[in-house]
Amino acid sequence: MSGVRVLVGTQKCAFVLTSDGKRQRWELSSPHFVGWEIYHLTGSIADPNRLYASQYNSWFGQLIQRSNDGGETWEPVGNRFVLEGGIGNYEGYDGTPQAWEFKRIWHLEPSLTDPDTIYAGAEDAALFRSTDGGQNWEEFRRLRAHHSARRWQPGRTAMCLHTILLDPTNARRFFIAVMAAGVFRTDDAGETWCPINRGLKSQYIADPNAEVGHCVHSIKMHHTRPRVLFMQKHWDVMRSDNAGDSWQEVSGNLPSDFGFVIDVHAHEPETIYVAPIKSESEHFPPEAKLRVYRSRTGGYEWEPLTKGLPQNDCYVNILRGAMGVDSLDPCGIYFGTTGGEVYASADGGDTWMLTAQRLPRILSVEVQTLP
Amino acid sequence: MIRLILPAQLRALARVASEVELRIEAQATQRSVLDALEAQYPALRGLLRDRVSQRRRPLLRFFACQEDLSHEPPDAPPPQAVASGAEPLIVVAAIAGG
Repeated sequence: MSGVRVLVGTQKCAFVLTSDGKRQRWELSSPHFVGWEIYHLTGSIADPNRLYASQYNSWFGQLIQRSNDGGETWEPVGNRFVLEGGIGNYEGYDGTPQAWEFKRIWHLEPSLTDPDTIYAGAEDAALFRSTDGGQNWEEFRRLRAHHSARRWQPGRTAMCLHTILLDPTNARRFFIAVMAAGVFRTDDAGETWCPINRGLKSQYIADPNAEVGHCVHSIKMHHTRPRVLFMQKHWDVMRSDNAGDSWQEVSGNLPSDFGFVIDVHAHEPETIYVAPIKSESEHFPPEAKLRVYRSRTGGYEWEPLTKGLPQNDCYVNILRGAMGVDSLDPCGIYFGTTGGEVYASADGGDTWMLTAQRLPRILSVEVQTLP
Repeated sequence: MIRLILPAQLRALARVASEVELRIEAQATQRSVLDALEAQYPALRGLLRDRVSQRRRPLLRFFACQEDLSHEPPDAPPPQAVASGAEPLIVVAAIAGG
């Protein structure tokens, strides 16, 4: 019987939740990597037992951990991430020049075909790749060398590369997003990069339509339609039907179009999910009601999904990497909160159940559908 | 023989229960001690000092013989009691509250 594995990264450790295909009974693992921030925990599509974790804390820095048995055992692999010099500085938010410096890995994206190949998004914003299972890492230096990079700004949080999307139909095309610069695409496996932010409007930068400077929180695609991208921006939910060449707003009737996560139904490419947050200063759900919103029309028209979610006194957030879907039928949807709860829906969002609670602040949720 | 006491999280990574004993062939220094530690326990590479700059991680301190040796040059010899193995070199992580 098929099953589901939910990989949960938290501020103090990681957990693995498992269930059979019915997704009604969940088993929570013991904590892994106790005492470490797990920015991202993810698995290979090519080999579901190959997992990777980005493990960090401010005492000891960055580790990458790898599992070959679905998370039963782990081994540290390479943590040498070198940002070569000679590119110049970027401008800090206070206007002072900042030297590029590796700080931590925010996101790991395994290759769609090779379990030993994995991409990593770093703070300061840089993209790395390993082709030997995480032992050695090489930077895509030309991304940081892009002429716009001197105008990338860290905002208040960090200047990090937090999203990586691989085009399943074109191995030379991938998309990345940098906070707070925007989205970039390569069509030649990282040799050249193009900002793809036309149509984004951001009132917090001097030119709201600028080429870069947009705070993109998350982008997702459906694997059958890689030219269609969905974005949750700092404010605004957006879509692109031309691989990011242009974007249009699809926030429609959402109660707030601020938020961090967005995801796509596994079998319905026009069904998408967001979790609205009240505002940039009030990181909790509007009216203190935890609601996921679903659009079956690729945006514009949204319906609240509330059954099983707390509808009063709820002040949690859902961070950018903390939502995922399985590929069972009906599609399962999962998300984790800053209050340490993991919610799951086994029916495309119609109803929700609490599968874990009282965990540390949840930083990431990834979902694996097991054979 | 150099005796080294690591913070609990690093002991877990290195899979050691208590002290680490390191054999240093040449003159013991902070640098040679860390070189030997990373050679013996590759999982600890980059965790006590930055992998590129080789600078000590700012939230770690090196103590021995009731002295703070953190700011000693990396090639300075440790106290004789540490070099002889009579006293351990202690790696301490900064205190953190919540």
